[in-house]
Amino acid sequence: MSALVGEGMTGGYGGVDILHDCTIGVDAGEVAVIVGPNGAGKSTAMKALFGMLDLKSGRVAVHDKDITALSPQDRVREGMAFVPQNRNVFTSMTVEENLEMGAFIRDDDFTDTMTQVFDLFPILKEKRRQAAGELSGGQRQQVAVGRALMTQPQVLMLDEPTAGVSPIVMDELFDRIIEVARSGIAVLMVEQNAKQALEIADKGYVLVQGENRFTDSGQALLENPEVRQAFLGG
Amino acid sequence: MQDILNAIVLFANFVLVPAMAYGSQLALGALGVTLIYGILRFSNFAHGEIMSFGTMFALIAMWAFQAEGIGIEPAPTILLGLPFGIAATVLMLLLVDRLVFRYYRLKKSPPVVLLIVSTGIMFCLNGVIRIVIGPDDRQVSDGARFIVKVGEFKKATGLDEGLAIKTSQLISVAMAILCVALLFWFLNRTRAGKSMRAYSDNEDLALLSGVNPDRVVAIAWVLAGALAAIAGSLYGLDKSYKPFTYLQLLLPIFAAAIVGGIGSPLGAITGGYVIAFSEVMLTYPYKKFIAYLGPADWAPQGLAQLLATDYKFAVSFMILVMVLILRPTGIFAGRTL
Repeated sequence: MSALVGEGMTGGYGGVDILHDCTIGVDAGEVAVIVGPNGAGKSTAMKALFGMLDLKSGRVAVHDKDITALSPQDRVREGMAFVPQNRNVFTSMTVEENLEMGAFIRDDDFTDTMTQVFDLFPILKEKRRQAAGELSGGQRQQVAVGRALMTQPQVLMLDEPTAGVSPIVMDELFDRIIEVARSGIAVLMVEQNAKQALEIADKGYVLVQGENRFTDSGQALLENPEVRQAFLGG
Repeated sequence: MQDILNAIVLFANFVLVPAMAYGSQLALGALGVTLIYGILRFSNFAHGEIMSFGTMFALIAMWAFQAEGIGIEPAPTILLGLPFGIAATVLMLLLVDRLVFRYYRLKKSPPVVLLIVSTGIMFCLNGVIRIVIGPDDRQVSDGARFIVKVGEFKKATGLDEGLAIKTSQLISVAMAILCVALLFWFLNRTRAGKSMRAYSDNEDLALLSGVNPDRVVAIAWVLAGALAAIAGSLYGLDKSYKPFTYLQLLLPIFAAAIVGGIGSPLGAITGGYVIAFSEVMLTYPYKKFIAYLGPADWAPQGLAQLLATDYKFAVSFMILVMVLILRPTGIFAGRTL
């Protein structure tokens, strides 16, 4: 039973389909990575899983519960969390307020979750009273991930979490993401830095023109000569 | 020394005190405009008429209280009517939003369409007000008119110049402080307030976080309606209630919101006082003021007035044009609450 699975997803924004019978899934405690060339439909696949795209066919399920018809907001209540690539923090609000807004749908006491997020990203605790817009790119991404974790999701989806951050910060972020996965959350992400991402991935999906080209463990994909040649630069 | 004190009192009496009161009224009006802009992303041209609408109902409630002989001497009776004015305005706005604005919101109409729609609402409200209460000028203030009287001030200080502070002026400033404190407390400390700031900052992310947009929009109308009714009633109390003047108030109010940075509450407050002080200071005749400060034969022959009072609306226009050319985002670079 997968934590999250999208089977045979076909669809696009207007008349033209971007995804063609695309299947993506991730298990609890795993990191799954979607890689592929520009315009392969990586982000689109992510949006389809999160209900931001109308599917012509295919289904999406969380823990075997069909959620194909649910809106993104309702999927959050089903235990999914999504970190968009751009504009993923409330820039005018403090770090702490960002986390509070992440927990907006929760009526219970969420101080424990906030402590966990601060343990995972110590720098955020230090900057909790600072506006998120004043932070560096890497710190902002930490706020974005922290905000998503506040709902205590079962599935965490990240759209290019390392876009625009330095290689050192990228490694750091990947370490944190592994840590999140080890706590039992299913992590699915889209990445431009394919090599580094596949290194930490339990499962990798190579998408080309909206179709599954290769699906294997991250390690196997890295060793696959065809994948190396076509997508990883040799 | 005596002359300098006289000059200061003169200035306070004719510029400082009136501008503070007028600025407070503008700030409350501009806050309503900025709240709607921050949440619904359009310039609400109906705001002047909304203020008038609220004042009208506060006035009607006031008459009812006066007829029953209920008052709160020495404070003006309009304060008793104010809750009714606020309630009527809020209900009207929620109804108008449900019947009109919501339709365009769901259609995701561009801001300029909503702006035109709000102009339509402005004309409708204008008509409703004329039907209900008519276009006449009506006196609002009752109770004690002055807190500090010219004669008493002169006697107490022995100066030639007197200082007068009207009850309405003191109430305007006090109400503005109270409303602003409550509003900031709401926006920064409560869950609903924070969700409004989040929605204003990043609508998509707020939706992803589970913020209910209908609720945020409703709260924005409630706050804007309450602020409009208060601002309108205070302006009416300070001057008089004449529906026509509320249409003209739209310009200084928008100038205030834009000068401060539309979308920023802090900007709206600052902008309100900037506009009020500019308007009063540019139209005040400085002849006597200069005479006190310099030697006796310095007194200018003319009034030393930069602009005739008839041109006071031009001041808002000038500031508006200057801001839009030099710093289009306004003082506080607003966008978010």
